Amino acid sequence: MDSIALPASGRAGASDPAAAARRSETLAGWRLAGPAVALLALLILMPTIAVVTLSLTDFELGYDGIRFVGFDNYIELLGDRTFLISLGNTLTYTLIVTPLSVLIGLGAALLIEAEVRGRALFRTIYFLPVVSLLVAMATVWQYLLHPTIGPVNALLRFIGIAGPNWLGGSDTVLLSLALIGVWQAVGFNMVLFLAGLTAIPRELYAAAEVDRAATAWDRFWLVTWPMLGPTTLFVVTISVINAVKVFETVSTLTQGGPNRASEVLLWTIYQEGFVYLRVGYASAMTVVFLAILMALMMLQYRALDRRVHYT
Amino acid sequence: MTTRAWNTARALRLVILSIGALVFLAPYVWMLSTATKPREEIFSSSLALIPHQWAAVENFSKAFTRVPMLQLLMNGVIVCTIILVVQILVALPCAYALAKLRFPGARALIAAIMLGLLVPIHATALPIYVALSGAGVLNTYFALAAPFLISVFGVFLFLQFFRAMPDDLINAARLDGMSELGIVLRVIVPNAWPAITAFSIFSVVAHWNDLFWPQIVVTETAMAPPPLGLIFFRAAEAGDDYGALMAATVVVTMPLLVAFLLAQRRFIEGITLTGLKG
Repeated sequence: MDSIALPASGRAGASDPAAAARRSETLAGWRLAGPAVALLALLILMPTIAVVTLSLTDFELGYDGIRFVGFDNYIELLGDRTFLISLGNTLTYTLIVTPLSVLIGLGAALLIEAEVRGRALFRTIYFLPVVSLLVAMATVWQYLLHPTIGPVNALLRFIGIAGPNWLGGSDTVLLSLALIGVWQAVGFNMVLFLAGLTAIPRELYAAAEVDRAATAWDRFWLVTWPMLGPTTLFVVTISVINAVKVFETVSTLTQGGPNRASEVLLWTIYQEGFVYLRVGYASAMTVVFLAILMALMMLQYRALDRRVHYT
Repeated sequence: MTTRAWNTARALRLVILSIGALVFLAPYVWMLSTATKPREEIFSSSLALIPHQWAAVENFSKAFTRVPMLQLLMNGVIVCTIILVVQILVALPCAYALAKLRFPGARALIAAIMLGLLVPIHATALPIYVALSGAGVLNTYFALAAPFLISVFGVFLFLQFFRAMPDDLINAARLDGMSELGIVLRVIVPNAWPAITAFSIFSVVAHWNDLFWPQIVVTETAMAPPPLGLIFFRAAEAGDDYGALMAATVVVTMPLLVAFLLAQRRFIEGITLTGLKG
C-alpha cells in the first residue's frame, strides 16, 4: 500500500517535485474513490439509464426479442385504468398521511418540549413505531382492525357503534392504511420538530413575553411558528416523499385490493415488473415514479438548504 | 400566569400526551397479549388483555417450527452485515479522498453522488433484477445485498463529516510518511466513530426492515430475511392463526426494538439522518 503514499518531499528523479506530488495525489484520490466510482456506475448510473431505455421497449422477461417502441408504453399508461387509479390512490394516501403526521408530530413535539417530566419516556414511546419492523406491525394492525375479532371494532361495539370492515372495504381501506402510515411516521416527524424547537433561542421567548405575547398561544404564533418554518417545510417534503413510497403495508395487508381500492404506485410497478415480468412497461411506470420523486426531492433540497442558512 | 393556570395547562398536557402514548403503545400491548392467547380466546373477541389460559409456549413454538425462524433472523443478520461492511469499506475512503485530496474529477464525482442521492432502489430495481436473474443468482445473499453495496448517502454523510475535520491531523500523519490508506485507517476512522455509528444504525434499520427488494429477489423461505419470512409464514400457515402470527411478529420485531431501547439517543440520531436523504 506504500504505492499510494504521498511523498512529503519531492521524489528523486522527478522533474518537478510539485508536479510529482500532484500526480501522486491524483493517483491516491482515484484509488481511494475507485471502488465507490465503480459501484456507483454499476449499481446506480447504469441501471437508471437502463430503466429509461427499457421504458422505450417492449421487453418482457422470459421472452426473447426486444423491440424499440418509442413512447408507446407512456401512451399506454395514459389509458391504463389500473395505473391511473394507482396514481390517484397514492395521491389520496399522501394527502391523508402528510398533514396528519406533520400536525400530530408537531403537536407531540410542542407538548413534549413544554413538559419537564417524562420527556424522554414520551419521546421513546412515540418513536417506537419508527424502529419497528413495519411488516410485522402491519400484521398487528390487521388483527387490531379485524372486522369481527379485532379489538378496535370490539371497542366500537362497546360504545354502540358498528365498526366498518376497515381493511376489507373499498371505502375504508385507503383510510386504514393511511392511519397506519400516520402511526408509523409521527415519531420521526416529532424528532425533527424537537430538534427544530431546541434550535430556537430562548431570548426570543423572553422578548416576546415582554413585548406583547402573554399567552402560550400568542408566543407560538409570534416566535415558534415562524422560527420553525424551515423545519416544517422540510418535514412536509420528507413526509410527502415517504408517503409516495408506500409499499410495505399494501404488500402485507391488502395487495392492492379490494377492487384496486388500495392500488398504489410501487405496488403497481411491483406487480407489472416483477410478477407479470412486463419489464418495458413497468420501466415506463418507474420513470414516471422517479420523475415525481425527483421533483419532490428537489423541493426537499431547497427546504434543507433554507434550513441550513436559517439557523 | 398563576400557579393554578399553570397546573391546569400541565395536567391537560400530560393527559393528551398519555392518551397519545396509549394509542401508540396499543399495537405492542395487543401483539404481546395475543401472542399468549389460545385460539378460542382470540376469536371470542373479548377486550381482555390477560388470557384465561396461557398459550404462549404453544404460539411461540409454532412461530419457531412452522418457519425456520432462526434461519430467517440469521438471514437478516448476514445480509445486514454484508451490506453495512461493504458500504463502509467503499464509502469511507471515497469520502476521505473527496474531502481531503485534490484530484481532477473530484468535483464531477461529488456531483454524481448528489445526483445518486435522488435515485431510490425502486428506480434501479428492474434492471438490477433482470441482470441478477440473467446471472442465475436470485435467492442468494449476494442478490439480497447487491443493490446496496454502495450507499451514496454514506459517502455524502462521511464527506460532510470529514470536511469538518482539521487538516493538521492529516498533514502530520503525511509528514510521518503514512500512506493515504494508512491515514484513512489510523487517523480518519478513529475520529469518525460518531458518523460511522450513526450511519450503521441508519443502514441496519433500513435493511432489516426492507421488504421491497427481498420480495423481488427471494422466493425461497430459507433465504428470506425477517419481513419476507413473516409474509411467507402468514401465507403458508397462519392466515388466521393470530396467536402464532403475533408470536412470530414479536420475535422479528424484538431485536431492533431492544437495541433501540438500549441506545435510544444514537438510534434517534442515526434514523433522523434519513431526513437528509429522503
